[in-house]
Amino acid sequence: MSHQIEDTYDQFATEAARYGVGVTEVSPGKVSDAIVERIELPAVGIELPWEDATLPESVETEPTPADIEAAATGVTAASLAIADYGSIVLRSDTDGSEPVSLFNDLHIAVLDRADIVPDMEAAFEWFGDELRESRDSAIIATGPSATADMGALVQGAHGPKQVEVLVVS
Amino acid sequence: MSSQRESKADHIRHIMETEGDAVGDNTRGFNDGRYESVAKLEDYEGLKDEAREIKEDAIERLPELIDQVTETIEENGGTVYIADDEADANEYIAEVCAENDAERLVKSKSMTSEEIEVNEHLESRGVDVVETDLGEWVLQLAEEAPSHIVAPAIHKSRAEIAKLFNAYFEPAEELETAEELTMFARKQLGELIQDADVGMTGANFITADSGTMALVTSEGNARKTVAVPETQIAVAGVEKIVPTVEDLQPFIELIGRSGTGQDITSYISLLTPPLDSPTIDFDDPDTPIAGEDDREFHLVLIDNGRLAMREDEELKETLYCIRCSACSNTCANFQSVGGHAFGGETYSGGIATGWEAGVHGLDSAAEFNDLCTGCSRCVEACPVGIDIPWINTVVRDRINTDKEPNMEFLVDGLTPDTETSGPDLQKRLFGNFETLAQMGSAFAPISNWVAQAGPVKQLLERVAGVTDQRDLPAFQRTTLVDWFESRDRIPPIDPDRKVVLYADLYTNYMDVERGKAAVRALEALDVEVLVPSVSGAGRAPLSQGMIDTARTKAERVSDQLGPYVDEGYDVVVIEPSDLAMFRADYDRFLPDEEFEPLADNSYEILEYIYGLVANGADVDQLHVANGTETVAYHSHCQQRTMGLDEYSIEVLNRCGYDVTTSDVECCGMAGSFGYKEQYYELSMDVGSNLEGQLRDADADHVIASGTSCTDQIGDLLDEEPTHVVELIAPR
Ligand code: SF4
Repeated sequence: MSHQIEDTYDQFATEAARYGVGVTEVSPGKVSDAIVERIELPAVGIELPWEDATLPESVETEPTPADIEAAATGVTAASLAIADYGSIVLRSDTDGSEPVSLFNDLHIAVLDRADIVPDMEAAFEWFGDELRESRDSAIIATGPSATADMGALVQGAHGPKQVEVLVVS
Repeated sequence: MSSQRESKADHIRHIMETEGDAVGDNTRGFNDGRYESVAKLEDYEGLKDEAREIKEDAIERLPELIDQVTETIEENGGTVYIADDEADANEYIAEVCAENDAERLVKSKSMTSEEIEVNEHLESRGVDVVETDLGEWVLQLAEEAPSHIVAPAIHKSRAEIAKLFNAYFEPAEELETAEELTMFARKQLGELIQDADVGMTGANFITADSGTMALVTSEGNARKTVAVPETQIAVAGVEKIVPTVEDLQPFIELIGRSGTGQDITSYISLLTPPLDSPTIDFDDPDTPIAGEDDREFHLVLIDNGRLAMREDEELKETLYCIRCSACSNTCANFQSVGGHAFGGETYSGGIATGWEAGVHGLDSAAEFNDLCTGCSRCVEACPVGIDIPWINTVVRDRINTDKEPNMEFLVDGLTPDTETSGPDLQKRLFGNFETLAQMGSAFAPISNWVAQAGPVKQLLERVAGVTDQRDLPAFQRTTLVDWFESRDRIPPIDPDRKVVLYADLYTNYMDVERGKAAVRALEALDVEVLVPSVSGAGRAPLSQGMIDTARTKAERVSDQLGPYVDEGYDVVVIEPSDLAMFRADYDRFLPDEEFEPLADNSYEILEYIYGLVANGADVDQLHVANGTETVAYHSHCQQRTMGLDEYSIEVLNRCGYDVTTSDVECCGMAGSFGYKEQYYELSMDVGSNLEGQLRDADADHVIASGTSCTDQIGDLLDEEPTHVVELIAPR
């Protein structure tokens, strides 16, 4: 089992790297430092759902529209990752995770290592129960936003230009 | 040239000149990407089957699912409106805008919203409508229509977009690179989204169990369109409903790969509106956004002909379409002209015929339906396995039926079809190719001299639209069947197998040599061969949308070949497009007990030879390569769709030839298509890719498998290639 989890993590990191997404493993206590290393200020964020992993002081966790507009970085948790696509799942909530993960050039997502599933089938088993039950919304995000509409591939169309994932274990 | 055909030819020429290069580069890129991306899937075919089953089931149960989704979304706090037609939908949407005092509505990309022309309607009511998808926004500024259902502005180059932006916005510094253009657009659109009152999206799928809509996007504009304003409207055709959330999985895995060749697009939004994400009020910049908001959500489900399509046995399959664009990208004609020629009022590409016929009517479909040549390359590309060529044929037949029968006596003599109504003269001439071939052969060589003579060629062009740019096929006085009957033949003693070689129209009346080669090759491998006289397969009338005539031919072929099959003969076919009739199209024309034995016992000639060789026949009985001999090989489109091209390549390899293959989807001739004067230039444009590849290969032999391909390559290279079997048959 643990062997399989190892493979799943590696696969996720490899696939995400194809889209230029950096994936780093950190211990819960080091999440804040790892964010500080990557962040560009000003930054907005939503408190992480894990007790022992926190956001650094520099992140505004009750953002206003003005904060969102001014920020260079948005930090949110990811609910799930799909290894064979290198995708992360971002859940919408009343705190504003959706805009915080969307409007800024850099998105830092924090993920619990136990939440990496191997494939789309496993992901949709999870979505099925979750969405029928909670009637929530979520985004499967793979790499930064992108467009080829202007004659060549450009990263950062309307959404982030760069995505970093911190995997907490 | 008739003025109608002339203006069509002019239109196509203009589009090829102005948009062809950009469309060609982009669609070929998408198509190559598709092959690469689907190859990475462990079980691509299994996933397609699953997707197909989900759609079949969903459309079957559609009325029930509409009720269920309505209930679910209302339970979630949203509103569902079922709009009968465009006007009904637009009226409802305008009312929602009016109730919200909306000044601006921002949109993410949605073909269905283009189908109902909601932008024009809202603008007439004073609502400012802004497309936020970058490609759509470019078109909105340029006042142009999409040329592709997924990548709407592929006909525009970067330089053209830069010119447009610089002229429209007059920025302080001229914009040039794709990066600069994108960032400029992002900023402009970002501001427009900030104070929008309503956000409108389409929906790729909607689940009946949770009321979740899936949106497949890459730019992030759909996310913003939904996240910022308080009111959301989604516009979707009723066919977008699937039963459960889990049903989304195969589609999510297939849609990006099939369309633009991406394993997955950047964002798959799974939205269950009204959203619990807080709205962002940029007019109140300093209040934290967090908290519950009173969001409003309207799902406008559009019928607009779809429920009638569901009742129409032939058009129904169109409703399975997930609008991925694979059928556009893989289509050789589409690659040359794009959606501005190969499209109707809203939709473009092969499946557009079904959509346009269903939602806008036959007239819109008639505009471009001829551009589907039935090459069938799209069928294997389609993630839900729609028989797109069949839909094109059916609609062509209906367009024919709409017309008055053509009573010209001359034509009636040449065209003894069983059509009860009136395909035009050009279609009837090509559709009745069997009669032409019989008469041409009976009077050969005089008929050939006459046909190639200036005055006759001019007459054919003027009256029937047969281009005078090509040599017409030359008919042989001695048909394959005649030759076979009159030769002194020593049947193999104790043959390994018994074969009926099908003397298709081309082989029997024109390319007799390849038929003789097939007989020699089979006999050299210890096979007993018969070449009886059998009716044409019906490919020619089918391609002209003359379905009744094609059915009559199928019945004749079945009557004539059936007894041989019953006696244990295998049927061997040289012309791939006729084999495709036996194996696939006849399923629609013959009862199962006739179709199945014929389909199961019919083989393409090289497929059959491969089988013999693989089972121990001596390859040295064939004409093997002398030292290093190189071959450039173009397989036939339908042969590839049947997965049979590999056999030709393998047999050539075993015979010692060094083979290079072309990778173009179709040669561009496609039966009669390249002979039609209004399509001649397009056909040659499609062929130019093949020409380049064959010339680059610089091989000792150029060979092909289909008659059309042979004719086309002959015109392109000024040198007629031979059929594979002519190269390997003992001399
Ligand atoms: S018909 Fe098939 S290939 Fe064409 S757009 Fe629809 S789903 Fe895609």
